Amino acid sequence: MNNTDTPNTNTAVDDVELKSRRTIEIVNRGLAKRKAAERRFRFYGKLAIFMGMVFLAVLFTSIVGNGYSAFVQTYVKLDVYIDPQIVDPQGERDQEVLSGANYGGLVKSTLRSMFPEVKSRRDKKALYSLVSNGASYDIRQRVMENPELIGQTLSLWVPADDDVDMLMKGKMDRDAPESDRRLKDKQLMWIDQLAEQNLIEKRFNTTFFTAGDSRDPELAGIWGAAVGSFLTLIVTLALSFPIGVAAAVYLEEFAPKNRLTDIIEVNINNLAAVPSIVFGLLGLAVFINFFGLPRSAPLIGGLVLTLMTLPTIIIASRAALKSVPPSIREAALGVGASPQQAMIYHVLPLAMPGILTGTIIGMAQALGETAPLLMIGMVAFIVDIPSGVFDPSTVLPVQIFLWADSPERAFVERTSAAIMVLLTFLIAMNALAVVLRKRFERRW
Amino acid sequence: MQAFTLIIVLLMLSSVAYYLGRKRAFAVAQGNIRKLHSLPLYYGLYAAIWCGIPALLIFAVWSAFETTIITNLVVADLPEHIRSLGPDRLNLVVNDIKNLVSGNIVSSEISPEMQAAADHYRHLQSISHWLLVVIALAIAVGGGSFMLTKIKTKQRARNAVESFLTIVLIACSSIAILTTIGIVLSVLFESIRFFKAVPISEFIFGLTWSPQTAIRADQVGSSGAFGAVPLFTGTLLISFIAMLVAVPIGLMSAIYLSEYAGPKLRATVKPLLEILAGIPTVVYGFFAALIVAPFIRDAGGILGLDVASESALAAGLVMGIMIIPFVSSLSDDVINAVPQSLRDGAYGLGATQSETIRRVIFPAALPGIVGGILLAVSRAIGETMIVVMAAGLAANLTANPLEAVTTVTVQIVTLLTGDQEFDSPKTLAAFALGLVLFTVTLVLNVIALHVVRKYREQYE
Repeated sequence: MNNTDTPNTNTAVDDVELKSRRTIEIVNRGLAKRKAAERRFRFYGKLAIFMGMVFLAVLFTSIVGNGYSAFVQTYVKLDVYIDPQIVDPQGERDQEVLSGANYGGLVKSTLRSMFPEVKSRRDKKALYSLVSNGASYDIRQRVMENPELIGQTLSLWVPADDDVDMLMKGKMDRDAPESDRRLKDKQLMWIDQLAEQNLIEKRFNTTFFTAGDSRDPELAGIWGAAVGSFLTLIVTLALSFPIGVAAAVYLEEFAPKNRLTDIIEVNINNLAAVPSIVFGLLGLAVFINFFGLPRSAPLIGGLVLTLMTLPTIIIASRAALKSVPPSIREAALGVGASPQQAMIYHVLPLAMPGILTGTIIGMAQALGETAPLLMIGMVAFIVDIPSGVFDPSTVLPVQIFLWADSPERAFVERTSAAIMVLLTFLIAMNALAVVLRKRFERRW
Repeated sequence: MQAFTLIIVLLMLSSVAYYLGRKRAFAVAQGNIRKLHSLPLYYGLYAAIWCGIPALLIFAVWSAFETTIITNLVVADLPEHIRSLGPDRLNLVVNDIKNLVSGNIVSSEISPEMQAAADHYRHLQSISHWLLVVIALAIAVGGGSFMLTKIKTKQRARNAVESFLTIVLIACSSIAILTTIGIVLSVLFESIRFFKAVPISEFIFGLTWSPQTAIRADQVGSSGAFGAVPLFTGTLLISFIAMLVAVPIGLMSAIYLSEYAGPKLRATVKPLLEILAGIPTVVYGFFAALIVAPFIRDAGGILGLDVASESALAAGLVMGIMIIPFVSSLSDDVINAVPQSLRDGAYGLGATQSETIRRVIFPAALPGIVGGILLAVSRAIGETMIVVMAAGLAANLTANPLEAVTTVTVQIVTLLTGDQEFDSPKTLAAFALGLVLFTVTLVLNVIALHVVRKYREQYE
């Protein structure tokens, strides 16, 4: 089209040259600015990633830094004389008498004999408070198991009080004025004496892994919550896996494309994004008020979490089913299998790694979920280890929530330690999902 | 426990029926299974289904209605002076009777009438249990053996089993719909009851929220005001702060990872960011309450600012951190979905990489990014644990991020944890808030999913 102005070719060429020179000048002039903008943009990107990593690092270091010390616990060595006069005055070794005896008195008299100079009532009280209440339970348990001990001197390590524990872990400021400290000067002196005689030391905290909840930090453990979590997850898995897979199979393979299945699809996508607390409201209104199922039970927790994880499992299973190539189905149908036989014997086994990956991720979500469980009463203070799905219980995340609310300084480290345990489980589950995907995923 | 045993017995009967059905099929075919219409396995399954399913259905229906029927029977037999007490008192008496039956602590003294009623209840209960066991077992054995006798070579067992399986599959997929209906109904009914006590206009436009209703009429300071505006503004304030953190960081890291980063950096940073997404919200809540909030308070103290120890800033900041991976993975998806030809075109014209991203890729990906951000907003609004642990409890109508505000989810949790009575507006208010929460997040999700889907179609 430029051919129309062929007569003055020369001037046109000059013109173009002039123009292009001018363009390149314009471009060159702007270049430094544009390159700076480019560098700035890149820097923002790097900054964003850096910030993300910093948040992650701060989160983990603060939790590990707060929590690692909860895996040890301060113990005090006591040589307790099991006085037959106190424990079993009749000498009949009756279990009921043994169970009701004043073991606290034994602990106290042992402490008095260790510090004979303590006389006044108030000082004695301060002295007794160095050792946890758990000491007397410990002695009782040993005596009940082995009545031979009566009349002998039992040498054992008992947990120290949480304040002593904090002091030994360096989490209490010795130099603060006495009125600001939870341990008074005298108590510090006794603790130092104990330390000199090697009667106080830090040991691995087995209580933390074997006990249920307690108001005393030194006696509180996560086992009760862990069992509750386990029971809840079992219920969730037993319900959500079969139902989720069945729903995915139907929607992906057999459902006719009509309005109803469209509605179901939209529904599932929406359910995946409904806030978890709304599922808690559903559980409260339907399972507890309408069906009258027991509160705080892992069964209800499992039901609510099932409804919550179903969308995740269905979506993941559908993706896994979709990735199985149609040729597999066609080959099965070609040798005379019915559509359901082709599904059960050929497509489903091939899709199983993907389905399992989705299920594990769903279970990990369920394991970390707290809010809906608060609604159905799983926040109760429960000391006993639950023994079935109808027993009142709590779960790990809720235990973390409860401890985070407790004022004692020693609960802070226990909360962080419980978080570390929970995160370990979650990371293990996710790692398992990744491994499953890597090992068994087939690209067609 | 008896119920559990019954279920086990029924399952065992079913497996026996399966085994017998298979054997019978072989016998009918005289060892030549080609004569059979279906594989022997299907005859076994058919018998097992007929043996187990009707009995289990009977069991389910029975358990659902047993308590109500027995209670009504017992109440009908109570002496006249107890029955005429009026519904509330009668309910108490019935509860006491049930406690007596289960051996729990009873609130009032045990009168002989109540003891008699409890014995009656126990009697009826044991009759009902035994009746159930007999009926269920009879149906199981009857159904199973009836089907066993009907096994013939021409019987279309596979088709029957497969249509049963189809019904099961359809039932499983409709659970999603049932869940939605359940949510809507449970939240809606309680909300309607709430709006009978508190007008809906006061709830949506009222400016004061103090849900402590008086137990006695003459109590001071417990008027019970249910104006939810402070909750809405609090929720929006915290969500807004969260988005201020999450959107720039999430979006920029997604852009950097998909456009600039080499495969090595991508392979390390992406999983690390996803760890942030996998951390339970209660952990974020602990982090916010224990580390971020005191830090912000102290930092504000140094600058001479008066920061509340449960400031909206701390909760919003941590919520933002939680949402970063959500924004970044959604943006990553949409940025990767932009066709390479658009990038090549821009480079061909001499654009730098950042110009290409800002002028070409970003506008092309914008609908998807907006959809992702809407999903993130709905996540922030519905987030519970962070705000429960790090935000305030008192409703406070303010836009100052340094003050403590409360949110919809915090109020739902505080109103519903602990003891509750189901007819006070205080408890019902939680369901009304739940209705608002559900509606808002649903609308956001529908819009977001629509936008994302529409955008995806554009480039497919």
